[in-house]
Amino acid sequence: MENSQSFKPLDKERHPPYLYPGYKSTVARSPTRPLIPLRQSLAELTGPVYGMDAIHPLDNDLTRNAVKNAAPHGQRIIVTGCVLDDTGRSVPNALVEIWQANAAGRYLHHNDQHDAPLDPNFHGGGRVLTDRDGMYTFTTIRPGAYPWGNHFNAWRPAHIHFSIIGVNFQQRLITQMYFPGDPLIPLDPICNSIPDENARQSLIATYDHEITQPDWALGYRFDMIVCGPKMTPFE
Amino acid sequence: MNPLYQTPSQTVGPFLRIGLVHGEKQNVLADEHTAGKRICLAGVVYDGNGNPIDDALLEIWQADANGIYPHPADPRHSDVDSHFRGFGRVKNEDGGLYEFHTIKPGGRDEHAPFINLHLFARGMLLHAQTRIYFADEPANATDPILLSVPVERRATLLARLGEDGENPVYRFDIHMQGEQETVFFELE
Repeated sequence: MENSQSFKPLDKERHPPYLYPGYKSTVARSPTRPLIPLRQSLAELTGPVYGMDAIHPLDNDLTRNAVKNAAPHGQRIIVTGCVLDDTGRSVPNALVEIWQANAAGRYLHHNDQHDAPLDPNFHGGGRVLTDRDGMYTFTTIRPGAYPWGNHFNAWRPAHIHFSIIGVNFQQRLITQMYFPGDPLIPLDPICNSIPDENARQSLIATYDHEITQPDWALGYRFDMIVCGPKMTPFE
Repeated sequence: MNPLYQTPSQTVGPFLRIGLVHGEKQNVLADEHTAGKRICLAGVVYDGNGNPIDDALLEIWQADANGIYPHPADPRHSDVDSHFRGFGRVKNEDGGLYEFHTIKPGGRDEHAPFINLHLFARGMLLHAQTRIYFADEPANATDPILLSVPVERRATLLARLGEDGENPVYRFDIHMQGEQETVFFELE
């Protein structure tokens, strides 16, 4: 039942550990025993397949997908990029799902008690499938930073949560995108949990004036790399 | 093209519902046309203090009743049950309880039937990966993955048949830490 094309494991130099005491919630939620090595099988080389029927036309436009009576408040932005595997091949038909706070740094969620206004015209969730070149695009509002209870005067840098379902279960990735120049990034234990400086930097989007649309929205580029095959016998 | 470096994982955080929970019943994998024995898979996720984690996201991926994955990489893909998608997702409830409504997957060769599980939560910087086997399955005795797990920890991978209502309920609790810490895997 083994497939001839095996996939790389997660790169431990790039991903954060389970336990990072600076992020307090990890202490009781991290496995303490060694992970058991798993010889890969079809279970990891397969995964859910999505078609366009999974997506509605406004799903990737967060400035329009929850409008009740006006445009949402805040700086309109376009976030676009490519999902690639680590051999450089684009990942088409990947399901990309995002969620974020509104411009004031407040989530539309009953557990978010931050004293900042909700925006009746902003939900904060979106989804899209990558095209045949692995590209995705969202139109949204630049999220605000917000305080959290991890330590005294803790603030999360502005970020957008990204979820990727690629060609198989092994490519599953959930991450966060940050914004360039944000002074909160070096203070953030969630970002600092990533051991490698270059890996941390890879979560910061790039401002791209080519993506910026005149009289409309600022443009950011954010590419994501998921694990790829060990061998590419057909290339 | 030169090798690229994997994008690092970050926690799903406490507000995942906004982006990952949609209107459809994402924890129902089988419809009335799906072949196989219907089961409910249910359990609670516990943290290291023994408290339920009630903001976790669980995703499962499994083969159909004949052990075929609904994905083109499966050589038997053309024979897959067209009424089975194989993927389920649920955000657990207050008290930490989760439920999936699915069918028992088929085994394959020497492999016992199992369900793949990915677990995400606030406080988890990287998701955890495990497998759910069925405690009443004779093929467990020869399954190479189960046999690769230290014998004293294998029970943490077994879902146990509970009360027999309309459909069988298999109970599978997850313990992040402690005496009963669930076995988690990493691809070698």
